[in-house]
Amino acid sequence: MMADTHSRSRFAFVALCLAALAVYPLAAGSYGLDLVTKIMVYAIFALSLELLVGATGLVCFGHAAFFGIGAYAAVLLAPGYEPVSLGWLLPASVGAAALYALFMGALSLRTQGVYFIMVTLAFAQMAYYVVHDTPLGGGTDGIYLDAKPVLAAGGNTLIDLDQPLAIYFFTLACLAAVFIFLAVLLRSRFGRALAGIKANEQRMRATGFSTYPYKLAAFVISGAIAGLAGFLFGVKDGYVNPELLSWHLSGAVLIMIILGGLGHLRGALIGAFAFALLQEFFKSEAIFGDFAKHWHLGLGLAIIASVALLPNGLVGLPALWRQRLLGKPVTGRGAPSAGDTP
Amino acid sequence: MTAAAEVLLRGTDISRRWGGLVAVNKVSLALARGTVHAVIGTNGAGKSTLINILSGEIPPSGGTVQLLGQDVTAWSQPKRARAGLGRSYQRNTIYPGFSVFENCRLAAQARTQKPWWWWQNAQHCPASTAAAHAAATRAGLDDQLDRPAGLLSHGQKRQLEIAMCLATAPEVLLLDEPLAGMGAEETERMLALLAELKSAHAILLVEHDMDAVFRIADTITVMVNGAVIASGSPDFVRNSHEVQAAYLGGH
Repeated sequence: MMADTHSRSRFAFVALCLAALAVYPLAAGSYGLDLVTKIMVYAIFALSLELLVGATGLVCFGHAAFFGIGAYAAVLLAPGYEPVSLGWLLPASVGAAALYALFMGALSLRTQGVYFIMVTLAFAQMAYYVVHDTPLGGGTDGIYLDAKPVLAAGGNTLIDLDQPLAIYFFTLACLAAVFIFLAVLLRSRFGRALAGIKANEQRMRATGFSTYPYKLAAFVISGAIAGLAGFLFGVKDGYVNPELLSWHLSGAVLIMIILGGLGHLRGALIGAFAFALLQEFFKSEAIFGDFAKHWHLGLGLAIIASVALLPNGLVGLPALWRQRLLGKPVTGRGAPSAGDTP
Repeated sequence: MTAAAEVLLRGTDISRRWGGLVAVNKVSLALARGTVHAVIGTNGAGKSTLINILSGEIPPSGGTVQLLGQDVTAWSQPKRARAGLGRSYQRNTIYPGFSVFENCRLAAQARTQKPWWWWQNAQHCPASTAAAHAAATRAGLDDQLDRPAGLLSHGQKRQLEIAMCLATAPEVLLLDEPLAGMGAEETERMLALLAELKSAHAILLVEHDMDAVFRIADTITVMVNGAVIASGSPDFVRNSHEVQAAYLGGH
């Protein structure tokens, strides 16, 4: 079956990416290690949004709120100079983001379409101004994490996230776990119901699905995963500021999944890497000299060009090449994608 | 229709007002198992609004809906659907990106939702896959299972609409213009299917194809401007002066 070949090659692609990331530290310097850790965090963040936008058809424009809450929780819940246990700090930070997602989702999911986009933005701005304008998290200055969390058992430290290599591999493990979790989830009855809601919510209700609880569950899971990404980001940098909750970041993560290709988990992965690497490229003074300080312009043009030329995102590239080289028909945007998850 | 016929869905004095417009005005009807009850009327007569009220998509301004003997007026649409009320739409509402089988399987899943079984592949749920196969076969789509639904012919898409209804194991079928846009051969196939489904279900049929309606319906209700002007057997309706004046154009 052709579908089997396709899903096998998709699986191979993702497995190769993860394997490449696993051996990358052998070749990387400290700058590269930090950069790729950051990109992997973005990839987790993008995957969380893909569950909402790509899989359920809910365009959330306030996703940075969960990212920021996860990051702030990691710092605020570990205030002293003694490292706290990863075993409770991680679930607590993820839980904080999930709780805000429950609150935000419960109210915003009563709206639809452009109203939903605006309401999620408004809730995210609320969270943004709480950390921006109150002394809770150091206001606009942000706040430092003095001691990074560790995981210890029987007096032995198993994971010390103060080590760049440890945070790198911990992030990679989280990325792999999130990817596998979402791939399995989207194939389950829950995931298929989300796909049905995306395709035609009215029909789903007529068939007997109460769609609101499904959407709310997806929203909370998505918020929790975004919180995980935020936690990793906060711990990696050891510093958080209100920009982590800003709408710029909500927009950036949306661009990542659009760039990579909506409706595919690997699109989120590819999109996060493409976005961050394009950003690095246009920021590079070695290439652009003084113009590098206008990197937003280059990045914006590159994104416009890729969206215009690749309507299915970067994941659509192989199909496009096949069409060009072999004259085979391209699988278009509205084309069949039953069971097309990873 | 015998007096002993089992009434599965009953609407009593159903009204719906949109501001000053009365879209449905005190309509009552009873759907019995083993019968096809057709509702006819010109465009804008309130037929689709009536279906929307019966299925729970919009609440009535007045009146009650009883399903299998229970008052379901306050029930949401999904709850009514799970209780045995299936409906199809005037427009195609299939999921074009999914295969024919997946369309049916997802519909069947409504009966065994188990959303918390997140680790289990949806394709490995025997209950919903069996129901999907049965529904697709019944609707005559068993040779199209792997085809993307978006690539079906118009008639096949209408058949798929019915198959998706059947996959949810309904007692009552509310069918909104299932014959719309169909050719003669497709119409025949659909009528044969409806005649076959009739024995086990109560069917409400909203339809513009008068030949088909008079052939298959046991009871016909005629609506004009939201109100019922005649209701009875095809012969009764055919001979009714009110109906001839208002709708059939006097032939």
